[in-house]
Amino acid sequence: MSELTRETLVLNMGPQHPATHGVLRLLLELEGEVILSTEPVIGYLHTGFEKEMETRTYHQNIVFPPRIDYLATFIEEQAYVLAVEKLLGIRAPERAETIRLILAELSRIASHLVWLGTSAIDLNVSSVFMYCFRDREEILDIFEMVSGQRMMHGYFRIGGLQWDLPAGFTDRVRAFLAGFPGRIDEFETLLTDNLIWRQRTEGVGVLTAEDALRYGCTGPILRGSGVNYDVRKAFPYGGYDQYEFDVPLGEHGDSFDRYKIRLEEMRQSRRIILQALDRLMDGPIAIDDRKISLPPRPELVRSMEAVIHHFKLMSEGIHPPVGEVYAAVESPRGEKGYYLVSDGSNRPARVRVRAPSFSNLQALPVMVYRRTIADVVVAIASIDIVLGDVDR
Amino acid sequence: MTRDPIDMLMAQLGETVLEQIRFRDELTLILPIDGLLAALQAARASGFSLLSDLTAVDRYPATPRFEVVYHLTAPDARSKIRLKARIEETRASVPSATPVWPGANWLEREVYDLYGIRFDGHPDLKRILMPDDWEGYPLRKDFPLTEEPVGFIGHTPKVPSHIIPKSPPKS
Repeated sequence: MSELTRETLVLNMGPQHPATHGVLRLLLELEGEVILSTEPVIGYLHTGFEKEMETRTYHQNIVFPPRIDYLATFIEEQAYVLAVEKLLGIRAPERAETIRLILAELSRIASHLVWLGTSAIDLNVSSVFMYCFRDREEILDIFEMVSGQRMMHGYFRIGGLQWDLPAGFTDRVRAFLAGFPGRIDEFETLLTDNLIWRQRTEGVGVLTAEDALRYGCTGPILRGSGVNYDVRKAFPYGGYDQYEFDVPLGEHGDSFDRYKIRLEEMRQSRRIILQALDRLMDGPIAIDDRKISLPPRPELVRSMEAVIHHFKLMSEGIHPPVGEVYAAVESPRGEKGYYLVSDGSNRPARVRVRAPSFSNLQALPVMVYRRTIADVVVAIASIDIVLGDVDR
Repeated sequence: MTRDPIDMLMAQLGETVLEQIRFRDELTLILPIDGLLAALQAARASGFSLLSDLTAVDRYPATPRFEVVYHLTAPDARSKIRLKARIEETRASVPSATPVWPGANWLEREVYDLYGIRFDGHPDLKRILMPDDWEGYPLRKDFPLTEEPVGFIGHTPKVPSHIIPKSPPKS
């Protein structure tokens, strides 16, 4: 009788696969059904944003960020614009900051709704997928009302915003938020005490706090493992230090903890938006410095200087001082940072996008060691990656 | 009482720091390549437990050509710092930070993929974003951006990077 050999099987999962949440390829080395090692292969969505951004002016570059993390578009725009403003040493006026904050938190809710819907449908709860995307439609309608586009807005400007809010914006947002707690409660009723959901997510994809820090994970993954690090609290930006909100923490570092954290984050985002709507005051929506932000249209008819400023800004762009900055925001996935290096010309010498999904995905092999393929699906869903963010 | 991580790190690094730059509330330390790994270990011991980012900058035509940049965060003390090391194109090899942070693995692979900077001691240095058989290092300044002009009949519009040309720094 021949000896039984133990061979491992290398199974290829992706890049086209419904459960990998994008073009992600995983090489799973299996011994039977147990995963011995996982090697993620990425780069299928690499479009070279960083190189493209080196060949355009700072203003032209505003179109790229919402295409990088396409689910949290306003947060990405906010990150880039804050980095340029930090480089210039300016701060947008208060009304612009408040509006940016409202739209960023709405983006966070929209992103978490996509996460919840896609995670649920991975585990075959397709009705939650439908509900989440239906609720997200209301948010995208609000975005379209403000910027003209559902996703790739280009609404934020260096020094403020493109234009002021349309009439009816605050009523629309309040109407959405009024019904929103009921929607989250519905999701909780369907999932949180659901025996199948609990069994599939509890204890799956566990990441210890030490591992999470060593792999550079941030966001709900790091907080799920118990480390209290939220960029909005640690390094407040854009007015976040004026708002009261809690940052949920987990204990076990498993998928269920991350699920609870993201649900609670949606509630906290609603809390922040309500405070921001109360704080919203009249005022300018872009700074006055004509070397940085465009003059308003009516001024072009009256003033020659305004025409010259407009011409110089459009044909050359701004010239920030020589130097470098790193500005970070809290995206739904973790710490999103923009590292800008300026050589004094009208184009950045280097734009580096610190992508949270890139570092978070590195921890996947640790999360699924000696688990089964079914757990890989849950673990990927709980990391909440966006491949545009991973590959840029 | 926890001491400020920056103070602890500066006390440990002492004279090895080549240059300190403060710009817009950020501290940057420029270090020599030989002292880089020790500095990263000292940083982690001082409380900078999170490696936020590891990247590179091509300073062509300035020399030394490449700069490897490390962004470190101390979540508890709410402190950030940037460490940099400059290397020549001919040397182009830096000690790997993977012994200190396993998360530097993919970050260093990306720097190798896009700049061609090798990391000594890296467990598996290979391309990560570009196809495996790609030749060249895309983010280097001498690697051209591939832009195809949109095909119109009777008119060739400018490619996007030529619409607003680069203009030098204003004095």
